[in-house]
Amino acid sequence: MSENTEILLEVENLQKFFGDRHVLNGISLQVKRGEVTVILGPSGCGKSTLLRCLNGLEPVQGGTIHYLGQNLTGEHVNWREIRQHIGMVFQNYELFPHMTVIENILLGPLKAQKRDSKEALQQAETLLDRVGLLARKNDYPRQLSGGQKQRIAIVRALCMNPDIILFDEVTASLDPEMVREVLDVILGLANQGMTMLIVTHEMGFARSVGDRIVFMDQGKICEIADPEQFFTEPATERAQQFLNIFEYNKL
Amino acid sequence: MSLDWTFIADSLPLYLDAMWLTVELALIAIIVSMIIGLLFSLVLFYRIKYLSGFIVGYVELSRNTPLLVQLFFLYYGLPKIGLHLSEFDCAAIGLVFLGGSYMTEAFRSGIEAVSSSQLESGLSIGLSKVQLVRYVILPQAFAISIPSLGANAIFLLKETSIVGAIALMDLMNVAKDLIGMSYKTAESLILLVLAYLVLVLPLSLVLTWLERRVRHAEFGG
Amino acid sequence: MPNSGVEVLFEGSNFERLLGGLLVTIEIAFISIMIGTILGVVMGLLRTVPTRSLRLLLRLYLEAFRIIPILVWLYVVHFSFSPLLHIDISGETTAILVFSLWGAAEIGDIVRGALESMPKHQAESGKALGLSKGQLYRYVLIPQAVRRMLPGAINLATRMVKTTSLVVLIGVIDVVKVGQQIIELGVIKAPNASFWVYGLIFILYFLVCYPLSVLSRKYERRWQS
Repeated sequence: MSENTEILLEVENLQKFFGDRHVLNGISLQVKRGEVTVILGPSGCGKSTLLRCLNGLEPVQGGTIHYLGQNLTGEHVNWREIRQHIGMVFQNYELFPHMTVIENILLGPLKAQKRDSKEALQQAETLLDRVGLLARKNDYPRQLSGGQKQRIAIVRALCMNPDIILFDEVTASLDPEMVREVLDVILGLANQGMTMLIVTHEMGFARSVGDRIVFMDQGKICEIADPEQFFTEPATERAQQFLNIFEYNKL
Repeated sequence: MSLDWTFIADSLPLYLDAMWLTVELALIAIIVSMIIGLLFSLVLFYRIKYLSGFIVGYVELSRNTPLLVQLFFLYYGLPKIGLHLSEFDCAAIGLVFLGGSYMTEAFRSGIEAVSSSQLESGLSIGLSKVQLVRYVILPQAFAISIPSLGANAIFLLKETSIVGAIALMDLMNVAKDLIGMSYKTAESLILLVLAYLVLVLPLSLVLTWLERRVRHAEFGG
Repeated sequence: MPNSGVEVLFEGSNFERLLGGLLVTIEIAFISIMIGTILGVVMGLLRTVPTRSLRLLLRLYLEAFRIIPILVWLYVVHFSFSPLLHIDISGETTAILVFSLWGAAEIGDIVRGALESMPKHQAESGKALGLSKGQLYRYVLIPQAVRRMLPGAINLATRMVKTTSLVVLIGVIDVVKVGQQIIELGVIKAPNASFWVYGLIFILYFLVCYPLSVLSRKYERRWQS
């Protein structure tokens, strides 16, 4: 499904330092429309930092990021505008605690995008219904479970009608029994052709949702592979070791 | 020791007038210094060049000098460079100069307590920096700041007891004059203590109640 | 502009006299903090005892200082002692008495807060290491309690130094009073003196209080985590 389509994001030779630490060392990556890219790698390999750079939350020290041909690493980037096209969902949901569910979802569409409130509300309710949470629209985040909060956070990102959504370990803070409900929502989006960049530690999910796997270690991309191939016959020794550890964890 | 109740009844109106003066001054001080505190804390948040440095300096000066000296400088010092202010204006300006820094600190720590990931979350849905402050930061920061804002309000109300030093007919001077003229020391002092009790106690109780409510209604991620 | 007048600060022994006045202020604050700390530690310990009525009484004592301004208490003692109780006490003694009682209440609250916030498992893990009760206090509990109390205590000291400026209103010859004397004496020769004198006193107070604030903030940050 991802052949012959346009390139949404193009990252070239990206460099990022935290002080002396070289967190991203020459990352190059293309994301095509409709493609689901899953980024795997051990903790501290730089995968979350990569996502944060793509959303302008971290300055970069070298290389380029292009979104639909527009350079995002230059001097005067209008991140406000860009972020309306590149959505992001965080590990700890980060819903606004002082707003109801529906207010959380509508803040971006109404204030950042200045959309018509009737139309935005209608879309928000449709999306809420799709994740099974329409009944909770007037609740506050504190009244919801972790899984529900994360589903709302996904709806909040979706309601901006982004071209691409970045998922940063969105199930890492959840109790095991709630992981499934969130992953199902993301799988549903994949089936609808949503372009996504997903950082996760859920191997089974990565295998079923990903069009391809990007494996990172120590700030570099070690290999990019088809999921089947990656999980059965990884090309690099690093990836082999990484998968072994997960095998062990499953025991 | 028996109290002279006729004296108490006769001097009550004097105390009431003085209490009104205290309330008036305290209200001005609290409201204006809250506005100043909000504006200054936003300047600090946005790290506006020069202005931020000026505010940091002001906060340190104001917090590390006594109100009495601030008032004397305003009332006796400034006229020498051509700035004549009435006693009431001096008192109001002095209290605002003092309170502004305390309120700035209260708002600033409230803003700092809003987690950076909340800011990122707001940015990621395309909010501008002004919208971020208006819809994400301030509502949360304000809730966090309520206890310290309240404590500052009580502090300012109590600090009004010093304005008598620049010849305003406040509660302290009413008591002092009555003692000097009538020698009814016990009555005058009891009324003085009672007057402050009536002024401060309700505010203090409201604050305790608010603090408890804020703690219970904590937002939770 | 008061281009003439700044000299008044350095005329004769004026500057030394002002510093002397400041010293009176600092002395009152220092003695009060010492007495207040001793009384306050006892009070703080008493506020953690199981006796409810005692705890309530001490809480009311603290609230009396939190609700009624310190200047009112200074007036109460200053005006009532000699006519009502027939005891003559100086302004300095009045100030030290009031500030010590106030300090005791606030230090007591700081001590109580530190004791109550001490995690239980600290004592338990100390015991698990085989420490005696004395060692437990000496090496584990007291150092931690002091860390928790120090920022608040320094903060109180700053407040107390600032509040000592009020002693001029009950007749103590402090830095403000010396300033007033200098201004009155120079009223003809240096009519602008009050601008410079009060400006200087303002700066002097700042020079005493600012280092204390910095110190308190430093400890607060260092021991917050």
